[in-house]
Amino acid sequence: MQGVAGVAACSTFLSSRMRAATPPAKAYTPRFFDGAEWDFLLAACDRLIPADENGPGALALDVPRFLDMQMDTPYAHGAQWFMDGPFVQGPDNLGYQLPYDPRTLYRRGIAGMNAHAATRHGRPFASLAPSVQDELLQAAEKGTLAFGDIPSRVFFDQLLANVMEGAFSDPVHGGNTRLGGWVMLGFPGARADFMDWVDRYGAHYPLGSISISGETA
Amino acid sequence: MSADARRLRPVDVVIVGGGWAGSIMAKEMTEAGRSVVMLERGADRSTAADGAYPASLDELEANFRYRLFQDLSKNTVTIRNNSQQTALPYRRMSAFLPGEGVGGAGLHWSGVHFRMPPDDLRLRSRVIEKYGRRFIPEGMNLQDYGVTYEELEPFFDKAEKVFGTSGEAYMVDGKVVGNGNVFSPSRSDTFPLPALKDVYTAHLFRKAAAEVGFHPYSLPAANASRQYVNPYGVQMGPCNFCGYCSGYACYMYSKASPNVNILPVLRRHPLFELRPRCHVLRVEKDADGRRATGVTYIDAQGQVFTQPAELVILTAFQFHNVRLMLLSGIGRPYDPVHNEGVVGRNFVYQNVTTSTVWLDPKVETNQYIGAGGGGVAFDDFNSENFDHGPLGFVGGSPVWVNQAGVRAIAAANAGGPPGTPRWGSAWKAGMIDTYRHSLRIDAHGANMAYRDVYLDLDPTWKDAYGQPLLRMTFDWKDNDIRMNRYVVDRIGDVAKAMGARRTHLVRREFGVPFDTRQYQTTHLGGGAVMGEDPQTSALNRYLQSWDVHNVFVIGANAFPQGTGYNPTGMVAALAYWAAHHIRTTYLAQPGPLAG
Repeated sequence: MQGVAGVAACSTFLSSRMRAATPPAKAYTPRFFDGAEWDFLLAACDRLIPADENGPGALALDVPRFLDMQMDTPYAHGAQWFMDGPFVQGPDNLGYQLPYDPRTLYRRGIAGMNAHAATRHGRPFASLAPSVQDELLQAAEKGTLAFGDIPSRVFFDQLLANVMEGAFSDPVHGGNTRLGGWVMLGFPGARADFMDWVDRYGAHYPLGSISISGETA
Repeated sequence: MSADARRLRPVDVVIVGGGWAGSIMAKEMTEAGRSVVMLERGADRSTAADGAYPASLDELEANFRYRLFQDLSKNTVTIRNNSQQTALPYRRMSAFLPGEGVGGAGLHWSGVHFRMPPDDLRLRSRVIEKYGRRFIPEGMNLQDYGVTYEELEPFFDKAEKVFGTSGEAYMVDGKVVGNGNVFSPSRSDTFPLPALKDVYTAHLFRKAAAEVGFHPYSLPAANASRQYVNPYGVQMGPCNFCGYCSGYACYMYSKASPNVNILPVLRRHPLFELRPRCHVLRVEKDADGRRATGVTYIDAQGQVFTQPAELVILTAFQFHNVRLMLLSGIGRPYDPVHNEGVVGRNFVYQNVTTSTVWLDPKVETNQYIGAGGGGVAFDDFNSENFDHGPLGFVGGSPVWVNQAGVRAIAAANAGGPPGTPRWGSAWKAGMIDTYRHSLRIDAHGANMAYRDVYLDLDPTWKDAYGQPLLRMTFDWKDNDIRMNRYVVDRIGDVAKAMGARRTHLVRREFGVPFDTRQYQTTHLGGGAVMGEDPQTSALNRYLQSWDVHNVFVIGANAFPQGTGYNPTGMVAALAYWAAHHIRTTYLAQPGPLAG
């Protein structure tokens, strides 16, 4: 069933992907993260989702802005987690058992990453070369560092999960700017009506992504 | 009765939990002319508000902030792998996602709607008939339900008609009528609606499975393939494959839910009252403990009430039903050391692994298109459809492509093929390729019941009301791991026939404990099971407590062991089955229905 519509659709996706790669002009002033924390987030986001030939990176998608805006939600205050003690540590497979909400994990985790960078390399994370930043992020991911009683893996997983949310959630939450994450992926967003496409087997969907705000790519 | 609780005007029936089972029981009891109060600890919910288009199509809020799910901050469970460990609280949503609010998990489910296979209903007897008693592994509590497919058939049929279920029948009244599941038993009627169209990946799977020699069929889906009016007179719209089923209230009114299919009628009934944001603390009993007198609950303002009732029906989620029985002293708690008692016994899960198949990069698999209950399955290795003798395990697994709609954050987290980093440019390339050109195949297997896998009350952690959390002691067992590995190998054969560019078969591994951090499924079962022997079941075959005859407990808690199918169709049929016997026998002469 692939035909003319499929070909036209691919070029639509390509042109909107190029548009989405343009970085936003508007500056954002963080409300939760302080200067040093913000510098870390900008640098880390750029390594976690770099801009490349496959599409925009986390900075063009305003993922740091998303993270800062999320810090104001009940989720970041731990309102959706069971936070009653006692807090007893156990095997990893029994899940998260620390008394910290996401805001605290960010505060302590970023401070820990910067302290480690300073000890090891004499500079904060954001001032290091990208390859060195990657090494530190890999060490955090493997859990070879610890920030007080927070294993680095716990902080890294929190950060990575929220970065992915920022790049790929609806733009109403402050990330996925110009729907760039969705265009890169080929996800139509809130289009949500495929009655006429369900049996167009293997064909490229022709309509661009759309936000629940009505913004289109 | 609690001294500090305000005593309310008595009603005939009090129902605890406003999901599928509660809504069905409330409808049936009001039809029988009884006054009903339904208590739901979560918020009131309706499709108009909670499924509004387009605002509700928000993956972050729905699937990562759990808008329609249980508030774990107030009440959760503790989990451990064995009884030597200290169970720890399930602090963040991950492995399973119980619901909360009116409609329960029935509002945000996907819609796969099965009948229980006849052999699964009498699995112990069937296994002994076919392979002998010694085939059952040491420590496995294999049991029969105490009810047969023939007895349940009218209630499976009724549930399908109420849900507006789409599917293709194989056999009606003993005659082959269509291209349905050749392993499925005869039915009294066809499905109320024809099967949904196959999405592309399901279409490819159907072709490949048939080529290999298996018997593919359309998954029965409580997602309406056409406009439909159910027997209660409520309307459903046709599913448009929007891809927002699991975690969402269906904005198209296509996915069956208590909110769409039953509550619009119930809410107008003069004998029915719904009280949302009312959390039941316990069932109250009379002095000798043989009869329930009502329930005590706390409302959103923190006021405590006792609602007296002649009949108490527990229809909360599986493990909440078990916990309420334990907190209320209904039935004897299970003691795994002495293998005595029944409440908490035979706790089971679903044994699912998902494999991924990558197709030619010129082919778009369009994984964002989907219907929660739609897809194509084969049952050649489910239930007793194959000879277990030489294989040496009990249980089976259907295999399917059930593309419910993969959204963007989920795709990002799923990432690329094995070996791909979780971030950076290599992740990006692998993730995009995977999203655009792959498909997923599930082995949706059964999990058997074992003597040392059970539920009880936690000695340490308490909920927001000061009551002990429920404790789960659960791990995977070798029998179930062997079953999974055998079936997943068959997926490899199908992937080959699909012309896979690459295949990642995911098998359960021996010695790897149950991991609470990874989403698996919310198909939890057992813990207060039905049966014909009060030594091994908490409920009789009518889902009535053996010990307190005016308490009925409806839910997947009644399953004596796991099954390869999704639980909701069976839960709905059991609700109609129990309601039928309450209406025809119990109401006229309250007392034990079996004994």
